[in-house]
Amino acid sequence: MLTLAHFLTLGALLFCLSVTGIFLNRKNVIILLMCIELMLLSVNMNFVAFSRFLGNLDGQIFVFFILTVAAAEAAIGLAILVVLFRNRRTINVAELDDLKG
Amino acid sequence: MSLKTILILIPLLPLFAAAIAGLFRNVIGRAGSHWVTILGVGAAFFLSAWVLYLQIYGGLGTQNISVYTWMVSDGIRFEVGFLIDHLTAVMMTVVTFISFMVHIYTIGYMADDPGYQRFFSYIALFTFSMLMLVMANNFLQLFFGWEAVGLVSYLLIGFWFKRESAIYAGLKAFLVNRVGDFGFLLGIAAVLYCFGSLDYASVFAAAPNVVGETVSVIPGTEWQWITLICVCLFIGAMGKSAQAPLHVWLPDSMEGPTPISALIHAATMVTAGIFMVARMSPLFELSDAALSFVMLIGAVTAFTMGLVGIVQNDIKRVIAYSTLSQLGYMTVALGVSAYSAAIFHLATHAFFKALLFLGAGSVIIALHHQQDMRYMGGLRKQMPVTWLTAWIGTLALIGFPFFAGFYSKDAIIEAVHASTRWGSGIAYWAVLLGVIVTSFYSFRLLYLTFHGEPRYTVDVGAGHHPPDGVLQHVPKESPLVVTVPLVLLAIPSIVIGYLTIEPMLFGGWLSDALTVLPQNDTVAAVGHHFHGPVAMATHAVQTAPFWLMLGGFVLATFIYQFRPAVAERLQQRLPRLHALLENKFYVDELYQKLFISRTVRIGNGLWHRADAGLIDGWLVNGSARLVGNLSARIRNWQSGYLFHYAFAMIIGLIGIIAIWVTL
Amino acid sequence: MPIYEIVFYVFSLIMLGAAVAVITVRNPVYAALCLVLAFFSAAAIWLLLEVEFLAIILILVYVGAVMVLFLFVVMMLDINLEPLRAGFAKYLPAGIFVALLMAVEFLLVLWTKGRFDANAFPVPPPHPADYSNTAALGERLFSNHVLAFEVAGIILLVAILAAVALTLRKRPGSHRQNPSLQVRVRKDERVRLVKMKPESRQDG
Repeated sequence: MLTLAHFLTLGALLFCLSVTGIFLNRKNVIILLMCIELMLLSVNMNFVAFSRFLGNLDGQIFVFFILTVAAAEAAIGLAILVVLFRNRRTINVAELDDLKG
Repeated sequence: MSLKTILILIPLLPLFAAAIAGLFRNVIGRAGSHWVTILGVGAAFFLSAWVLYLQIYGGLGTQNISVYTWMVSDGIRFEVGFLIDHLTAVMMTVVTFISFMVHIYTIGYMADDPGYQRFFSYIALFTFSMLMLVMANNFLQLFFGWEAVGLVSYLLIGFWFKRESAIYAGLKAFLVNRVGDFGFLLGIAAVLYCFGSLDYASVFAAAPNVVGETVSVIPGTEWQWITLICVCLFIGAMGKSAQAPLHVWLPDSMEGPTPISALIHAATMVTAGIFMVARMSPLFELSDAALSFVMLIGAVTAFTMGLVGIVQNDIKRVIAYSTLSQLGYMTVALGVSAYSAAIFHLATHAFFKALLFLGAGSVIIALHHQQDMRYMGGLRKQMPVTWLTAWIGTLALIGFPFFAGFYSKDAIIEAVHASTRWGSGIAYWAVLLGVIVTSFYSFRLLYLTFHGEPRYTVDVGAGHHPPDGVLQHVPKESPLVVTVPLVLLAIPSIVIGYLTIEPMLFGGWLSDALTVLPQNDTVAAVGHHFHGPVAMATHAVQTAPFWLMLGGFVLATFIYQFRPAVAERLQQRLPRLHALLENKFYVDELYQKLFISRTVRIGNGLWHRADAGLIDGWLVNGSARLVGNLSARIRNWQSGYLFHYAFAMIIGLIGIIAIWVTL
Repeated sequence: MPIYEIVFYVFSLIMLGAAVAVITVRNPVYAALCLVLAFFSAAAIWLLLEVEFLAIILILVYVGAVMVLFLFVVMMLDINLEPLRAGFAKYLPAGIFVALLMAVEFLLVLWTKGRFDANAFPVPPPHPADYSNTAALGERLFSNHVLAFEVAGIILLVAILAAVALTLRKRPGSHRQNPSLQVRVRKDERVRLVKMKPESRQDG
C-alpha cells in the first residue's frame, strides 16, 4: 500500500543525498551543479506526489515551471563555468575566493 | 497698586536689574549697570520700608499670600508665596537698606575693576535671593533662597577669579555650606515626613501634635522627631551662619571684595541662619534638647572666635572673626529662647558691622589694597570721616551705653543669665568673657589702623605694586560715594538700639512671628527689670559687662597706644598659645587630615578607576572593542568559498527541519 | 496491487543508487551518466503516479537537453581531477553524519503522528482510460497560468542571451560586417574627387 509518505520519503532521501554531495564535493563545481539538479529532482518528486494525492493539477504546473527554470539555470551556470575555466584554468572552488570578507 | 503687587515687586526688581546688568553689560556700559541695579535695589528698599511702615503704623496684620503654585505632587503643594509679618518686614528693610548702601559704595570701591558690571549684577542677584529667603512662606522657597545666596556668595568670593586663593576660598565656602545644607535638607525632609506639608502655617499648627513621637535613628536609641528636625535644621544654620565647627569658610571669604564682605558676610547671608531659627521658633520651642545644642554651639563660637581675632594682622580678618563671634552671640540668644533679642542683635549688628567693613574698605582703597595692619597707622589725620565712623561702629560693637550694640548685646547677656536651660551656665560665662575679648580686639584694630605713628613710607616712584610698607601716594580720604554710605550707616548704629529696644523686645512687636513658651521666656524675665532705654544705659555701670568692656579698652590702650613692645614680649612668652590662636585652633588642619585628604583620595580613585577605567575603558571603549572583536570574528565567515556558504545553508536547513520535528 | 509496489521499490532503489553514484564517482562523465539514470528512474516513478506528460518532458528536456549540455561542458573542460578529490576521505564521516541527521529528521517528520498516512491523504483511484494528462495540463496551463507561461518563455530567452553574452569572445583576425556602420558611411569617406587635366586627344 503506497501512501503519500512513501513518495515523500523518496524525495527526502534524494534531498539528503544531494546535500551530502555538496558537502563531499565542495571543490568540484560541476559535481556541485549536478547535486543541485538532484535537489530539484527531489522537489519535483514531492510536488508530483502531492499533486496526485490531492487531485490538484497545480503541483504539476509548478513542476513544469521548475523544469523550465532549472534548464535556464543549468545553461547559465555552465556558461559561467566555461568562462571561469577559460580565465582561471581551474574549477577548484578553493581557488575561487576573491569575494571574501 | 495692591499689596500683593508691591510684595512681588520687592524681590523681582533687583532680579530684573541683575539680569539687565549681567546679560546686557556691554550694551549699557559701566554707568548703566550701576544705575539700573541701584534703581532696582533702591526701589526694593523704599517698598520694603513702606511695608514696614504699614506694619508699624498702618495696622497691617500678618499676610500669608500664595503667589504661584509650582506643582502639586502626591498631595504636597510646592508653591511660591510670601509671609509678611513684623519679623519679615524688619528683615526686608535691613537687607535692602544695607544692600542699597553697598551698591552706592561699590561705585567708588570697584571704580577701576574690569568686572564692574558683573559685580553689580551679582550683588543685585544676591538681594533678590535674600529677599526670597526672608519672605518665604514655605520650606521649599526658603531652601531656594538658601541655596541661591550660597551660590551668589560663591560667585562673589571668587570674583577675582584669576587669583588662586580666591577660587579656593569660594570653593571652600560652597563646600562647607553644602555640609550644612545637607543637614538642612534632611531637616526639611523630616518636616515633610512628619507633617506632610512644606507650608509654614500648617507645619506650625500641627507641631504640638508631633511632640512625643520618637524615631530610632541609631538602633537602640530613641530620639524625638521634633528634636531631630530642629537639630537638622540648625545644622543648616551652622553652615550658613558659620557656627563652629562649620565656621572655617568665613575668614577665607575675605578674599572677596570688601563690599560683599560687608553685605553678605556681615549683615545678610550669615544672618539667614539666625533668621531661620527664629522663624522656626514654634518648632524649636518644643525641643529643649535642640535649644541646648544651639546654645552651646553659639557659646563656643562666640568665645573662641573672639580669641582668634586678637592675633590677626589682616584688618578684614579681624572684622571677620568679630562677625563670627557676634553670630555666636545671636545663636546663644536663640538657644535660651530669647528669639526677639537675637533678631534685635541681628538688626543692630547688621548696621555697625557693615559700617566697620565698609570703613575697612575705605582704608584699603586709600592704601591701594594694602590690608595688613602692621603697615598702617596714624590714618586719622588723613581720613577723618572714615576714622570717626569707625569709632562709632566700634563703640556700637563693644556695647558702649546708648549705642545700638549696647542694648542688643546686654539684652542677650541678661537673657542668658536668666535662663535655666541645661548648659546656660557655661553659655553665660562664654558671652560674658566674650565682652572683654571683643573690646580688646576692636580697640586693637582702631589703634593699629588710625592711631600711632605711620608704619609705612611714601615713595612716589615705587610703581604700581610696591612691596609691603611702601605706598605710591599719600593716603587721602575716600570719595563721597564711599563716605556717604559710611555716614548713613553710622546713624542707625547710634540710635537704632535706643529707639527700638522697647517695642521690639518688651513690647511684643515680634510676637506675631516668634513663639515662646511661657516657662522659657527669658526676654520677659529681663523685661521685669527694664525701665526704659535711658535707665538701662545709666544702669549699665552697675553691670559686669560694662566693666569688662572697660577692662578690654584699658588693656588695648595700654599695649597698643603706649607700650607696643608688650605685645611682642607676650607673643614670645606664650608661643604655644599664640600659635594655637594664630592657626585658628588648628581646625582647618584637622579637617584636612580627617576629611579632605580622604575625600581627595576617594575622588582620585573614582576618577582613575571608576571614571577613566570602568566607564571610559570598559563601557565606552570596551563596547567599541567588543564590536570590533566580534566583527573581526564574524568577518571570517565570509571566506569567499562557495562551499562554506553552502554549508551554512545546510546547517540552517537542518535547524529548521528540527523545528518541524517538534511541531 | 503488489506490482505497483514492486515497480516503485525497484525504481526507487535504482534512483537512490544512481544518486549515490553521482556524488561518489571519480570521473565526472560517469557522474553525469549516473544522473541521467536517476532521471530515467524518476520518470518511471512519475509514470506510476499517472503524470505521463511530465515524465516524458523530464526525459526529453532534462535528460535530452540539460544533461547533454552537462556532458558537453564536462568533456570540453580539461580538468585536473586530483586536487578536487583531495578532501573527500577527510570529510566523509562528517558528510555521512550530516546526511544521516537530515534523513532521520525527515523520516521523523514524515512517519510520526500520522501526518502523511493513508487517513490524512487517501490513495486516489486511478484515472479513467480516456484521461489525458497532457490535455488536462494544457487546459490548466493556458487558462489559469498563461501569464506565468509567457514569463517562463521570456526566462528561457534571457537564458539564451545570457549564455551567449557570457561566453562570447572576439577572435582576433576574424572579419565580420557591422551593418550599422555600413549604413552610416559618408560620401567623403569613400569618394575622393581628383581634378585632372584632360589628356590631349591622340589620332589613330
